[in-house]
Amino acid sequence: MAEFLDYFRKERLPHIWCPGCGHGTVTGALIRAVDKLGLDKNKIVMVSGIGCSSRAVGYLDFDTLHTTHGRALAFATGVKHAKPSLKVIVMTGDGDCTAIGGNHFIHAARRNIDITTIIMNNSIYGMTSGQYSPTTPHGMLGTTAPYGNVEQEFDVCELAKASGASYVARATSFHVTLLTDLIEKALMNKGFSVVEALTQCPTYFGRKNKIGGPVELLNWIKDRTVNAKAAAALPPEKLAGKLLIGELHRAERPEYCASYAETTARVQRTYNDYKGGNRGCELNSD
Amino acid sequence: MAENAKLMQGNEACTMGAIAAGLQFFAGYPITPSTEIAEMCSEELPKFGGKFIQMEDEIGSIAACIGASLTGKKAMTATSGPGFSLMQESIGYASLCEIPVVIVNVQRMGPSTGMPTSPAQGDIMQARWGTHGDHQIIALAPGNVKECFELTFKAFAYAEAYRVPVIVLADEVISHMREKVILPDPSSYKIPMRAMPTSPAGYKPYGADPDGGVPLMAPFGQGYRWHCTGLFHDESGAPSGKAAVADKLLRRLERKIEKNAQVLEDYYAESMEDCDIAVVSFGSSAMAALSAVRRARKEGHKAGMLRLKTIWPFPDAALRRLSASAKKIIVPEMNLGQLALEVERAIHGKAEVIKLGKVTGELFHPDEIYQALKEAF
Ligand SMILES: Cc1ncc(C[n+]2csc(CCOP(=O)(O)OP(=O)(O)O)c2C)c(N)n1
Ligand code: SF4
Ligand SMILES: [Mg+2]
Repeated sequence: MAEFLDYFRKERLPHIWCPGCGHGTVTGALIRAVDKLGLDKNKIVMVSGIGCSSRAVGYLDFDTLHTTHGRALAFATGVKHAKPSLKVIVMTGDGDCTAIGGNHFIHAARRNIDITTIIMNNSIYGMTSGQYSPTTPHGMLGTTAPYGNVEQEFDVCELAKASGASYVARATSFHVTLLTDLIEKALMNKGFSVVEALTQCPTYFGRKNKIGGPVELLNWIKDRTVNAKAAAALPPEKLAGKLLIGELHRAERPEYCASYAETTARVQRTYNDYKGGNRGCELNSD
Repeated sequence: MAENAKLMQGNEACTMGAIAAGLQFFAGYPITPSTEIAEMCSEELPKFGGKFIQMEDEIGSIAACIGASLTGKKAMTATSGPGFSLMQESIGYASLCEIPVVIVNVQRMGPSTGMPTSPAQGDIMQARWGTHGDHQIIALAPGNVKECFELTFKAFAYAEAYRVPVIVLADEVISHMREKVILPDPSSYKIPMRAMPTSPAGYKPYGADPDGGVPLMAPFGQGYRWHCTGLFHDESGAPSGKAAVADKLLRRLERKIEKNAQVLEDYYAESMEDCDIAVVSFGSSAMAALSAVRRARKEGHKAGMLRLKTIWPFPDAALRRLSASAKKIIVPEMNLGQLALEVERAIHGKAEVIKLGKVTGELFHPDEIYQALKEAF
C-alpha cells in the first residue's frame, strides 16, 4: 500500500470527529479499497452532503465536493453524467442519504448510475447532536425521541435493492476487513453501488441510549449483525431482529451513462450532418 | 443573413442562446411555462455530445448543474416559481462556492401553485434575496424573443466571467410569445470561457484579489484535487470559522459584482433625455408601457421609457442619470410593487415614484399605462 496518509490532505488534519467515532474507520476502509484497486487519484471525485460523516471528504486528497444537506447524490449525478470517465464516490450519513436525501437516493439507484455510495449509518443525527434518524431503531432514544423512537426504521439495503441499485452490501466499523473488501467490490461494479457501514456515534447515540463507550457500542453493533453466508444455516429465531452483513445483492442492469452514450451515438448517426457550430471547449469530448 | 431569420418562441430562443454560448449540460424538472426549454435541450444536446437529464425535482436539477459545471462544462436549468423556490439553497451554494451556472426562471403567478399558466413578474425580490445570507446576484430580464437569445447568451458570459449563478428572469408572455428573430451569424459569437489555471502547482482554488477578484477555476478530474465546500473557506479551499476569513470572503464576493455594476447595466431607453414623466419597467409589461409612452409623446407629452434588461445588480447609476429630468416615475409591473421599491431607493426622493402593480394574471393593456401617464401629467 502507498503511504496511508498520502491519500489525506495532511494540512487539514486533525479531523473534527470525536474520540471513538466510527466515521474515521469507515473512511480508512474506503481509502484502503481505493489503494488496493490502484485507482488514479486525479480521476476520483468524492462527493458528500452535510453531517459529521460528510466531513470525511474534506480530509481526502482528491477532487472533493462537500455539498448541501441531502443532495450529494444529485451533485454527484451531475459530475458523473457530465464526465463519465471520472470515478465518483459519495460519502453520506443515514440522515443525509435516507431522510432529506431519500428521493435522490432512490432515483440514483433507479437510474443505476455508476456511483459508489458509502452510507455511514450511525442511526442518529450526529452533527446536530443526537436527534433520531430514519435508521434509529424503534424504541431507542434520541434527543427528539425522549420517550423512545415511535417510528419504524428503514432497512437501507432493502431500499437500495428495491430502488434498482446493482450492488448492495453491508458491513460495520467492527468488521473492517469485510467492509474494505465490500467497498472494493462496490468500486468495481459498473452501476449504482451501495455499501452501508453500520458505525458508532458514542457521543450521542451511545450515551443517550446508555450503551457505554465506543467499545461497548461497537460490540452492540456487532451483536445486531449476522454474516449473510452464515445466516443460511441458522434457524429463524437466531435471525430475528438481526441485520445481515456481507454482499446482499448484485444485478445486471443497464448503467445510466452507458445508456445515454448509446442513445447519443444513435442520435448522432441520424444527425451526422448537424452543424452545432463551435462549442468552444475541448472538454466537450465526454 | 436571410437563412438566420426564424419565427420562434421565447423559450426556443433562450435554448438557442444557451447552445450558442456553449451549453453542454442541462438538468431540469418539468414546469409550465418553462418546459419547452427542457424539451428542446433533451432533443438538441445529444446531437453534439451535450448531456440532458430530467432530475427527480428542482433541488436535484440545480445540484446536478453545479456538479456538471465543476467538471468544466457550461450548465443550465430552467424552471418557474415553485421550482425556483426549491432551488434557492443551492443557488446560495453556487454563489458561495463560485460555480458558474445559468438558471432560467420563467415567472408565473404565485405564490404557491398560483395560476400556473398566467404571466406574472413577482419573483424580482426572490431572485435577489431568495437564498439565505448576504450575497450578490445577476438577473437579466428579456423584453422580447430576440432578447431571450441574447440575454441567455450573456448570462453564460457573466456566469463564466464572474463565477456566479446568473438568473434569466423571463415571464410567461415573453417565453411563450412567437416573433420573427434574426439570429447573429454563429461565427461571430465570442464563446464565453471561464479563466482556468494552467498548472496544479501552487493552485489556490479561492486565491484572488480581495477587491472583487475572480479566482481561477480548475475543472475536476485534471489533477488539481481541490476541495469545494459550502462552508466558509480560505484561499486554499479549507473550511474556516475564522472571523477574518469569513469577512474577507463575503466582501470579495460582494465586490465582485458591485465593482462591475457599470459593465453589467443593460437597458433600453427611449425619449428619456427631456422627459417629465418616466416609465420604468421590464419584460412583457414594458411592451405595453412603450406603446403608451409613444402615444403620449405623439400627443405632445414629455414621456420617457426606460426598460431594464439587467434587474440585478440594480442599475442605480443608469436610472439616476437617465431620469435626471423626470419629476415622476411610473413603474408598471405584474406584481404589487417590487421593482418600484428599488426605483424608490435608487432615485432617493429626486422624483415621485408611482407604483402601478397588476396581479390579475393578465398582461397590461397599453391603455392602462397611458391612463396612468395622463393622470400623472
Ligand atoms: C437543509 C438543512 N437542514 C438541516 C440541516 C442541519 N443538519 C446538519 S447535519 C444534519 C444531520 C446529519 O445526520 P447524518 O447524515 O446522519 O450525519 P452524521 O452527523 O450522523 O454523521 C442536519 C439535520 C442542514 N445543514 N441543512
Ligand atoms: S457527534 Fe457522533 S458522529 Fe459526530 S463526530 Fe462525534 S461521535 Fe462521530
Ligand atoms: Mg448519522
